[in-house]
Amino acid sequence: MLKVVEINNLTVQYPDVKALDDVSFIINQGDFLGIIGPNGAGKSTLFDSMLGLNTKYKGTIKFFGEDIRKSKNYLKEIGYVPQKPIFEKNFPVTVNDVVRMGLRNESDENRIDEILQQLWIHELSNRRIGELSGGQQQRVFIAKALVNNPKILILDEPVAGVDQQSIELFYSILRELNSKQKITIVWSSHDLDAVNQLANHVACLNRTLFFHGESKKFFSDDKLVRQYSEASMQEHMHHH
Amino acid sequence: MSLEILTYSFMHRALISGISIAILCSVIGLFLVLRRYSLFGDAIAHSSFGGIALGLLVGIYPLWTAYGVSIVSALIITKIKDKYNISGDASIAVLLSSGIAVGLVIIGLSGGFTIDIFSFLFGSILLVSVDDTILILSLTGVILIVILLLYRQILYSTFNEEQAKVSGIPVEKINYLIVFMAGITVVTSIQLVGVLLISALFVIPNVTAIMYGKGFKQTAIISMSLSVFSVVVGILISYVFDITPAGTIVLLSIGLLAGTMVIKSAGLLSKN
Repeated sequence: MLKVVEINNLTVQYPDVKALDDVSFIINQGDFLGIIGPNGAGKSTLFDSMLGLNTKYKGTIKFFGEDIRKSKNYLKEIGYVPQKPIFEKNFPVTVNDVVRMGLRNESDENRIDEILQQLWIHELSNRRIGELSGGQQQRVFIAKALVNNPKILILDEPVAGVDQQSIELFYSILRELNSKQKITIVWSSHDLDAVNQLANHVACLNRTLFFHGESKKFFSDDKLVRQYSEASMQEHMHHH
Repeated sequence: MSLEILTYSFMHRALISGISIAILCSVIGLFLVLRRYSLFGDAIAHSSFGGIALGLLVGIYPLWTAYGVSIVSALIITKIKDKYNISGDASIAVLLSSGIAVGLVIIGLSGGFTIDIFSFLFGSILLVSVDDTILILSLTGVILIVILLLYRQILYSTFNEEQAKVSGIPVEKINYLIVFMAGITVVTSIQLVGVLLISALFVIPNVTAIMYGKGFKQTAIISMSLSVFSVVVGILISYVFDITPAGTIVLLSIGLLAGTMVIKSAGLLSKN
């Protein structure tokens, strides 16, 4: 199986805290990996490091066998959906404009229509992004992430503040992208049930990698699930 | 009488330069406004005041020293802002006051105010020379071509820096490019409205256009049209009634903004 991502001994030390401690794992082509872990577990730090936004780490991160410190070419193969896309509410761009920003090959006009249709937002094409609901905006940002036909889709807890109906639609879109279009998905989430339903692999992160493997294995092991839940509950209480 | 003024060649130059500057300022200004950098134009203009004073002191054509000083100080302040993590508005305040301070000290050294300083402070579009007009047109052309070529990169890094970075766009270089182009634009535009009113051209048409336009290109075109309208009508009115062009242009553009606000609060401007 083709290794898409290979992370070895990744450690990130911030001035006051160690955000990630010696994390190693592999993501294979076609994996649907759910990354779970409490707040402050290092999920965002992991993503920032993988995406080249944080370069102060020890260890190595390889995409398609190549160290990301050596070349930024791998970014072409990545579609990234941030946790909560920040933009000025009255920023004068339409849905079409936003998706077009992501398009590398600017002559590929049909691709924009195609992806808007696939995500059921074609009728919103000429609406301003700031006027849409959270769920609609989320689909626009997924469309932008997918417009270049990436091999990997990376999503950072992308259901915060989105209504239930949109979440379900979003999950069915993810499932289809992974099963039909064979896109490798890396998805961080708080929602254990959703990860259980969607992901075929799970990584439990709490500064160190607590578990990484098939999600069947994780969810059929009550002890593991309980340990994880207790750890994240403690962390939760610790934080509040 | 009203048509006669269109036959004067100084009026031709004023209108051509004015239209060119109006388009340039509204385009650069749209990116600055959306980056929450609305006062950046003002800050560069004030630092160009220092540059103008320097030129007058050492006997170089003041506009050239203004270009040099403004662009260099704009780039330096951007670098300092990133390195020491100073907020955008504070860095603008630093840039703005240092320009004026340098200007004042130099003027003191040179033995007081001269009439030249006033034309730079308040603009003198009716005195624009053939050479100035050619310079204004060429700079406008070059900057617009650069923006068209890098349209996606500039828009994307304005919309969301982090996502633009992940898409492989060299965001930092784009930011410096914007600052550099804004510096050139400001100094070029000083002749139209002067140092003191420059940010009006950058900001007001764009604030108005953002209320009308849906997409980015539409907003940019509306902004350019409003800006060109204010400049052309402002120059003509100011000549006919013998009042200052700079003030007239800015007041017209504020009038358009106020009118839009009235229309909007009356609910006549649909949101969709």
